[in-house]
Amino acid sequence: MSVSAMFVALQGALTADQDIREEIRKVVQALEQTAREMLTLLQGVHQGAGFQDIPKKCQKAREHFGTVRTQMESLKTKFPADQYYRFHEHWRFVLQRLVFLASFVVYLETETLVTREAVAEILGIEADRERGFHLDIEDYLSGVLTLASELARLAVNSVTAGDYSRPLRISTFINELDSGFRLLNLKNDSLRKRYDGLKYDVKKIEEVVYDLSIRGLNKEATGGVGGEK
Amino acid sequence: MLISYLNTNSAAFQLELDTRHDKYERLVKLSRDITIESKRTIFLLHRYISAPNGEEVLNESEVKLDAVRRKIKQVAQELIGEDMYQFHRAISPGLQEYIEAVSFQYFIKTRSLISIEEINKQLVFTAEDREETTNMTSTSQDKQPHTWSLKVTPVDYLLGVADLTGELMRLCISSVGNGDIDTPFELSQFLRQIYDGFTFIGNTGPYEVSKKLYTLKQSLAKVENACYTLKVRGSEIPKHMLADVFSTKTELIDQEEGLS
Repeated sequence: MSVSAMFVALQGALTADQDIREEIRKVVQALEQTAREMLTLLQGVHQGAGFQDIPKKCQKAREHFGTVRTQMESLKTKFPADQYYRFHEHWRFVLQRLVFLASFVVYLETETLVTREAVAEILGIEADRERGFHLDIEDYLSGVLTLASELARLAVNSVTAGDYSRPLRISTFINELDSGFRLLNLKNDSLRKRYDGLKYDVKKIEEVVYDLSIRGLNKEATGGVGGEK
Repeated sequence: MLISYLNTNSAAFQLELDTRHDKYERLVKLSRDITIESKRTIFLLHRYISAPNGEEVLNESEVKLDAVRRKIKQVAQELIGEDMYQFHRAISPGLQEYIEAVSFQYFIKTRSLISIEEINKQLVFTAEDREETTNMTSTSQDKQPHTWSLKVTPVDYLLGVADLTGELMRLCISSVGNGDIDTPFELSQFLRQIYDGFTFIGNTGPYEVSKKLYTLKQSLAKVENACYTLKVRGSEIPKHMLADVFSTKTELIDQEEGLS
């Protein structure tokens, strides 16, 4: 084969690769749009009136996840199934964002941590690699850490809105999250950096709980949902 | 309890993460070994032109490259059942260096460019000795294949070939110093073909490929200038003095290159 023929063939491979990435980008953009809509919707819970709306917001979010599942189906078709990590960078960010949104919805509904398998189901993907387009464990963990930050903010705004019991429950939740994460050996990558932010979330919530307890406000918190679980 | 899930599953998560990180580290180490041995092969091959017995040098280089390929086999074994791209960044530097070395050897032997298909053909491995198969447990013997292979990616190939041009440029300068006035012209033509290929690809590849284009252009320019000097001065200077003309020029070029 002549040198020029070799390069023509190589160029073909490069172009084919770029074409796939272009297709992937289009679907990822659609996913990002859906994610933005969900985020705007769910951010409403931080406002005073938003608290009553929580069940309705969660329901709407669940509807959005239907759209996500459809878009995910489309994404799966854009590249060979065994080359997930070749193109992983394209959807890594939006996937982490979707994990966060799923875990936020589940928290608002049940005050529990969504499992990796449950998130995968909500998003319409697999939980492990062998079965197809899957949720990478690091993306799951990153999304969960984002939830921690969101709950720290929610704790603050709960108090402002007059809900003095929620911060206490958030505190328990986040502390367990923290102890769970501490068992992991992380490398110095983006997951580690995000994990490093968790301690600030923990601190913020501790401050909220402290502010409530020295004023005796936590005892006042009879609330609908009750005291600490 | 609410999130006992995370606590009970932390062990599983930890295992998954640790296994992944450990494999990545093993591959990084293999890649480093591959890089070092490939670089040594390249230095050896540079001695070909000045060696009394070029055949010996080539044979020795083949021995070295076989050793590198045994490392690549280990890489292939590590990647069984894995998505290669998850670990690509760990092994890419080593593979590029290997491609540089093997294509350099191929050029010296055949005066042509080795194709990516030819490279990949040499990276198909079988369980050679009985020792290897008996070392595997009976269960793994059933599951694991007895052939392993690694396919270098088009991008790694291009980056390796781009680095090859640097070595060819050095070969050109040193071959003139040895009084060989044919090789520089051959190299000039060869490098031009490669340069044309990269120009054809232009910016349609990833950024790392485009970045190499600049250095490639410089290497080609040095070779073309050497040919020019040979042509112009070759007529007026006796052959045995030609080497001196180029030894000073070589010094200048080496100074320019600095620590590259």
